[in-house]
Amino acid sequence: MLERMQILICGGTNCLSSHSKEIRAEFDKVLTETGLRNEVQLVMTGCFGLCDKGPVVIVYPDETFYSHVSVADVRELCEEHVLKGRPVGRLIVKDPIDKQKIKNFGELKFYAKQKRIALRNCGNINPLDINEYIARDGYLALGKCLTELKPLEVIDWMKRSGLRGRGGGGFPTGQKWEFASKSNDPIKYVICNADEGDPGAFMDRAVLEGDPHSVLEAMAICGYAIGAKQGYIYCRAEYPVAVERLNNAIKQAREYNLLGKNIFNSGFEFDIEVRLGAGAFVCGEETALMASIEGQRGMPRLKPPFPAVKGLWGHPTNVNNVETFANVPVVYLKGPDWFKAIGTAKSSGTKVFALGGKIANTGLLEVPMGTTLREVIFDIGGGIPNKRKFKAVQTGGPSGGCITEKSLDTPIDFDNLIALGSMMGSGGMIVMDEDNCMVDVARFYLDFTVDESCGKCTPCREGTRRMLDILNKICRGDGTMEDLDTLESLGNMVKDTSLCGLGQTAPNPVLSTLKHFREEYIAHVVDKVCPAGVCPNLTNFIITDKCIGCTKCVKNCPVGAITGKVKQKHTIDLEKCIRCGACKKACPVNAISSKPEDWKAIVNG
Amino acid sequence: MKSLEDLKKLRDQSLKNMQMRHQVGGTRIQVGMGTCGIAAGARPVLNKFVEEIKEHELKNIVITQVGCMGECAFEPIVEIVDYDGTSSIYCKVTERMVNEIVEEHLVNHKRLDRYLLSSVKR
Repeated sequence: MLERMQILICGGTNCLSSHSKEIRAEFDKVLTETGLRNEVQLVMTGCFGLCDKGPVVIVYPDETFYSHVSVADVRELCEEHVLKGRPVGRLIVKDPIDKQKIKNFGELKFYAKQKRIALRNCGNINPLDINEYIARDGYLALGKCLTELKPLEVIDWMKRSGLRGRGGGGFPTGQKWEFASKSNDPIKYVICNADEGDPGAFMDRAVLEGDPHSVLEAMAICGYAIGAKQGYIYCRAEYPVAVERLNNAIKQAREYNLLGKNIFNSGFEFDIEVRLGAGAFVCGEETALMASIEGQRGMPRLKPPFPAVKGLWGHPTNVNNVETFANVPVVYLKGPDWFKAIGTAKSSGTKVFALGGKIANTGLLEVPMGTTLREVIFDIGGGIPNKRKFKAVQTGGPSGGCITEKSLDTPIDFDNLIALGSMMGSGGMIVMDEDNCMVDVARFYLDFTVDESCGKCTPCREGTRRMLDILNKICRGDGTMEDLDTLESLGNMVKDTSLCGLGQTAPNPVLSTLKHFREEYIAHVVDKVCPAGVCPNLTNFIITDKCIGCTKCVKNCPVGAITGKVKQKHTIDLEKCIRCGACKKACPVNAISSKPEDWKAIVNG
Repeated sequence: MKSLEDLKKLRDQSLKNMQMRHQVGGTRIQVGMGTCGIAAGARPVLNKFVEEIKEHELKNIVITQVGCMGECAFEPIVEIVDYDGTSSIYCKVTERMVNEIVEEHLVNHKRLDRYLLSSVKR
């Protein structure tokens, strides 16, 4: 029997971890019980992007968007929606911006300003079924390239499209392909860099899980352009779902002869293998990545020679990031001019961001280049929850920097973000509000790079470690003004003298917070106060006159340090207080403060 | 797969299975699926519509289920809203009638007046 209804269940890692697999099994069970099973098709898709609302279920043809579905809800969904056609109101997603219930998917403001190119199929197709990818014009671009274009024309199209590497550097993809194609070596390689390691970033994982074939197709196109027969996808073993779906996709593509020998009868052969990495951040650096594929310890080496000249096993190699590859087929389907027209003059196309931190809609989004940060954070992201004030946004992960309120209207592109002292990075975007201590944030990222430094070159191995020591000292309350200067000069030294991108960018979070939030560092060093109330040694919470006596802080204090009567101002016993900040988070009127002037007032009398 | 033609053929074939997810505008077929509708046999009618439409390779048609339309005595009720917005409500629809409705109304664009709710004697 033909299906009259399709139920799409998000199978991205975020939703899988909130039991979307069990939800699918329950749908299967209940639909079988009620005799509806063969009228309904169940599809596990890739990430829809609204991870905050997961697990997400979409019912077609009416496009009803359900959020936070649990296994217990499935029976009601089957009996009400599938059988009687009555959508279950309480599960329908609410618009995070105006709290209105949304009937269908297209109405969500989260999607309104987005333009999905790299994520075009994520959440739309079943990633385990090659036919669904083909239905969405999959492998048509490869067919077109092999039968209608010469390799040089393929490169020329790519150059004209203006696509730049989405892994962070922003190097023009067409140019990269051209370098690799110029070598006469009969053996060349194409590598897909899927070693996504920034804390809080999962753009590449979403593409691999939701649309693995787009990466395979693009790698084959690249292989044809530069003259390579073998491709490798270097993916971290921490992405088990992505690896499973990639391997399945490769198997299906081989069965259809879209990989293998004599593809489309053109004489071109290409095959792809997945190589697993152990999840070292430094292996995202291309020379370290290649060393890891060769079976050596993942350590970077000096460039030049660039991979395009001497790469994997000494042969010319082209390395591109997952998201870059996901954009490639579209360039050939719609033409380079179409692609070039999207975005800004110097950065064409779109960019996927993983939005996290203090933001209403945590999740994945794709916007045209040139969209402002304000639009991303406030219109698509839904702004900052709990009526807190925006403080900064951190882009580019441990390699990037902070961008403050005054720069929020800058259009996002590669060059603008660098001008602001941050970088595009792979697309992690962490939003911070007034409760985040910038010194602590810098320390967090530096702690990460200290752990991930491979240790090959001294500036990165020792320099970052010493910087972390200084930051720890400042957070403890033992910092001096001299430390700030040392931190700055040390940071610049590490930046200038490190071997690879990891060390060259590791000081960025420290340097950019020092630049934009120097007062906060000074408060730590001179006033011995952490204005955001994060560093325990430097925090003294007090309750201001704004207190309405709601007793919420009393209930949330884990050590019973707060006393006060209902509707009267409360007080904190600083002897008992452990500076956890739970009261500050709970306060509905923002009456609990740890600002320096208040603190001084307490000490002085 | 040996040629671009093969790929395109497979694409068109696969696309039919996904029609439901990528539909804008076009004709809507709404089947009343309140308790009354279901009791009167709306489900087989709905499924028959899906089958027939696929068989006739009709495009731009959404088949969806709606709640009770109020005229419970005349269920199963099927409303067809054409692309220009005109609505035709067919009542007491049986599986046998579906074939006729699809061929006449959807393929030949001729309304089957004798099955319409407005023309049935009350």
